[in-house]
Amino acid sequence: MSKFKMNRRTLLKGTAAVGVGLATPTIFTSKAWSAGYMNEPKGGTVTFGFNVPQTGAYADEGADELRAYELAVEHINGGGDGGMLNTFSSKALQGNGVNGKKVEFVTGDTQTKSDAARASAKRMIEKDGAIMITGGSSSGVAIAVQGLCQDAGVIFMAGLTHSNDTTGKDKRANGFRHFFNTEMSGAALGPVLKNNFGTDRTAYHLTADYTWGWSQEGSIKKYTEQLGWKTAAAVRTPLGAGDFSQYITPVLNSGADVLVLNHYGRDMVNSLTQAVQFGLRDKQVNGKDFAIVVPLYSRLMAQGAGENVKGIFGSTNWHWSLQDEGSKAFVKSFGQKYGFPPSQAAHTCYSQAILYADACQRAGTFMPSGVGAALEDFEFDGLGNGPTLYRGADHQCFKDVLVVKGKENPSSKFDVLEVVEVTPRAQVEYPASMLGGELGPYNNG
Amino acid sequence: MRFLGMNRSDWLLFIGFAVVTLAGPIIFSPIGAGYPDLLQKFAIYGIFALGFNILFGLTGYLSFGHAAFLGVGSYTAVWTFKLLTMNPIPAIIFATIVGGLFSAVIGFISLRRTGIYFSILTLAFAQMCYNLAYSVLTPITNGETGLQLTQGDPRVLDVAFGRDYGAVLPSSDLFGIDMTGYPGFYFCGVMLIICFFITLRIFRSPFGMMLRAVKSNQNRMNYTGLNTRPYALTAFIISGMFAGLAGGLLAVTDPLAGAERMQWTASGEVVLMTILGGAGTLLGPVIGAGVIKYFENIFSAFNETILMQAYSALPEGLQHFMVTLSSLFVGEGWHLTLGALFMLIVIFLPGGLMEGLRRLRNLFTKSSGGQGPGNSAETAHSATPA
Amino acid sequence: MDAILLQILNGLDKGGAYALIALGLTIIFGTLGVVNFAHGALFMLGAFCAVSIKAVLGLQKVTLSETETTAWGTPLEITQPYVEVWFGDLGATILDYSVPVSILIAIPVMLLIGIIMERGLIRYFYKRPHAEQILVTFGLAIVLQEIIKSIFGANPIPQPAPDSMKGMIDFGVAIGFDAGNVVYPVWRLVYFLFSLFVIGLVFAFIQFTTFGMVVRAGMADRETVGLLGIDIDRRFTIVFGIAAIVAGLAGVMYTPILSPDYHMGMDFLVLSFVVVVVGGMGSLGGAVLAGFMLGILQSFASMNEVKDILPGIDQIIIYLIAVAVLLLRPRGLMGRKGVMEG
Repeated sequence: MSKFKMNRRTLLKGTAAVGVGLATPTIFTSKAWSAGYMNEPKGGTVTFGFNVPQTGAYADEGADELRAYELAVEHINGGGDGGMLNTFSSKALQGNGVNGKKVEFVTGDTQTKSDAARASAKRMIEKDGAIMITGGSSSGVAIAVQGLCQDAGVIFMAGLTHSNDTTGKDKRANGFRHFFNTEMSGAALGPVLKNNFGTDRTAYHLTADYTWGWSQEGSIKKYTEQLGWKTAAAVRTPLGAGDFSQYITPVLNSGADVLVLNHYGRDMVNSLTQAVQFGLRDKQVNGKDFAIVVPLYSRLMAQGAGENVKGIFGSTNWHWSLQDEGSKAFVKSFGQKYGFPPSQAAHTCYSQAILYADACQRAGTFMPSGVGAALEDFEFDGLGNGPTLYRGADHQCFKDVLVVKGKENPSSKFDVLEVVEVTPRAQVEYPASMLGGELGPYNNG
Repeated sequence: MRFLGMNRSDWLLFIGFAVVTLAGPIIFSPIGAGYPDLLQKFAIYGIFALGFNILFGLTGYLSFGHAAFLGVGSYTAVWTFKLLTMNPIPAIIFATIVGGLFSAVIGFISLRRTGIYFSILTLAFAQMCYNLAYSVLTPITNGETGLQLTQGDPRVLDVAFGRDYGAVLPSSDLFGIDMTGYPGFYFCGVMLIICFFITLRIFRSPFGMMLRAVKSNQNRMNYTGLNTRPYALTAFIISGMFAGLAGGLLAVTDPLAGAERMQWTASGEVVLMTILGGAGTLLGPVIGAGVIKYFENIFSAFNETILMQAYSALPEGLQHFMVTLSSLFVGEGWHLTLGALFMLIVIFLPGGLMEGLRRLRNLFTKSSGGQGPGNSAETAHSATPA
Repeated sequence: MDAILLQILNGLDKGGAYALIALGLTIIFGTLGVVNFAHGALFMLGAFCAVSIKAVLGLQKVTLSETETTAWGTPLEITQPYVEVWFGDLGATILDYSVPVSILIAIPVMLLIGIIMERGLIRYFYKRPHAEQILVTFGLAIVLQEIIKSIFGANPIPQPAPDSMKGMIDFGVAIGFDAGNVVYPVWRLVYFLFSLFVIGLVFAFIQFTTFGMVVRAGMADRETVGLLGIDIDRRFTIVFGIAAIVAGLAGVMYTPILSPDYHMGMDFLVLSFVVVVVGGMGSLGGAVLAGFMLGILQSFASMNEVKDILPGIDQIIIYLIAVAVLLLRPRGLMGRKGVMEG
């Protein structure tokens, strides 16, 4: 026994000596202060970090995002049929990578939790040398990772995040968003709701009780009340409530004739299914047909609600049935590779990857401030949303917004939504100062 | 040879632990874990699990609500940053104190019951904290987005001492040393070593003996006329303070506090860490915390491209088969691996990884054995390979 | 008044689900002495029985269209379920009734799963500490749900109720309210009645059969029953199987209310533990009582009138009640001394 201890002690001493010797240089070189900017690519490759939910409620959405990213990398490196690179108005990318470097990528799991998402992003930055982080399927995660990327000095290209705060109150110079937000949803839905349901309506809101839900509720209230609608009540529901019947039954006798479900994901699937079960879709109130509105639609989630989505209005960032050249090219290359059409999450992530690569190519560098300058006030077309502006003042894309409706006679299980109207960009624009927040300066690490 | 109530092997264990912790960046880099963020997580969750083990490992009270103390620790630390100063010292002091206060209140009520009734009480309190923090307490916690620093924060002490962070968001710094990256790890590492020392002292103290007695037979203790509840409550508060400190350190290395830190799954995680490593042992919880964080960060990052490279030596058909098979367990399937690992450990190594290490050592040293697997105190004492 | 009536109705079907899950859980506690964290997973597996059976019934005959193509250029697939190809309208009806049909198949499947779980894993843990039981069953729950996720994906899968049960019942008219004020979906009523039926069956089985008598004796004093030379092990296997069936059936029937996804078991797990503990560990009546009580109180707490006074109360009501009950009645509503207190 004592012999063992002796051995161990010598061993420990040795380890300690080696430890101190080796630790010193690592500490001082690891952060790469000598380089021009954080994770400056030195060899023939550059690494993108794809941070998507792989476990938890949004895992399918995350898987679709990952597919889109892999497709984008393939196209940037010159593989496949080129997809939307052929229709993209900027022709800077040559199909030989970015700035002469082949694009590689690393992946991570956000678990749709801020902590896990930040840990995953940190791993990509600290260990894998990622030059840019992109992805995500919720606003909480997007805002958390955006803040991290700002501190670390890399660019963040937001994935699916719909809250105003991402490019409003919590905007950061290193963060960019292609997806639309609740403000645009409200502005786009307003006129369509007026045309379909008139101006004399009373709305009842069920709202997921967290920041995105409140933001969505606020925007819809603002635009419907402008039309002359009244708001009977706005009730907060716990996230992941499962059974919403206790929140739905009070709607029956409230005198309201429109139900607005400010829910997303599983909450949306369940609350919509149950609202239809309680006969709200077929109900008559005040001599008018009762209506249900889901402000943010996701085709993947609408599939989960099945036939309950029929005739229900909502807004979406993009839909695969669009007939412009960009959308057709994207659906074709995605569908041929994977056998089914892409979701809006896939589309926004593909676009973000392409937009980032293109900006690096045009800037001739990967330095965040340089790339940011190339993205700011960049006007482009051919990525499926018509002419689009990446506004410099808040790093938010402005483009047409789709108002969609659950399809009455779907031809396949992917064909659940139909585009009712394309609200033009001018109608959903707002001044950057409206949502507050400060971009601050770029951080190059 | 005793010093501060610990004998020579205790001191050796402690020094070995300290050395391994401080040499972490080198020791863990061959397995891909030698980067600051994961090392910080090792240290922080190590503290969390050490504290949990003082309660569960010694007294046998299984709390399912310890994540709440971690969460309030984080919120306290971020608020300290916002209101007072970016220096981490006040932040972790306040975080520890508030963690202790919360655990005093919750522990005082919950310890009126034992067994699974105690577990459900702690779970209920933690879930209430989580649900409220996520929704109606948003003005204090910033809800889903998480509590963040802003440029407009008052930071009265920093202002008083004339520190100006300019237009960028500050990160916490210890008198000028930035608490991100490796310095942040060493700060957490030193805290872990201090906590380990405290734990070692508790394990070896009469108080620790008393706690073990609570576990082995509370009724008999009560019959002797001794009220055990103050001892259990003290253990509960100490472990709550460890959790508060861990939460504070999370905020120090990354100034953002989110509500999901308090969810019951987070409480479950620390239970798993402790049992996986070996409840009631000194090193076990720290090892368990490391294993789970390693899985979460490294296994989840394997994707098909990496797998294809890993199996590139195989013929193509076999390569694709192996990639398909492996991808069930890594990347988006890493939860499956974790679940299976729990089952295997509990089925074959009820004493956790520490028992595995002990068995391995017995195998090599051919010592005649005779140590019962249930005797955790003995296990902790003898199983000291660092 | 009508609002209160509506919330009582809402509490009934919710309570039915809580009671069914808690019932199995408490039987396993009471007889086997095992804390089964995989019980939520059994509920989830039941739901996915319904999903699989619908998928099997809905197996599609695929023909490639000669004229139409998909948006990405491959020929459009025209699909028709085989049952409809073979049986015509009868096939369509079978498909429509897939959820009730699933019950018949879920019973043997869940029994089998329960027996395999008990023989293969749980029985080795009868004498192990609760913490280890929790860990191993929790690990099992994760493994089961990850397997389901890798087969069915993470998104919810819709399971509509049969057309004839999609409508509403107007309770209000029967007791003098205006039409349309107090309505209740037929399927929820079916669920409530179904849960009462299953609860009744379980009680009758335990109360009136010899087998049940031994189980009750085993719950009271397991060691002694074993000493009497009764093969308690084999009976425990069957008890576990029955608990699995009850959880599974609760899951099958719940699918039209809650589109099933792989994570639904975990969501119900914590809740059902709270129900069991509030009812009293090992008490069948307590579990049922607590299930309905918590369901109804949860519904009341969600009313606007209540939330205006106590914001956020609906988020924590279940836990508040749990704390209150445990402090006032140390062993839950109907628990016995000495069960699971060690």
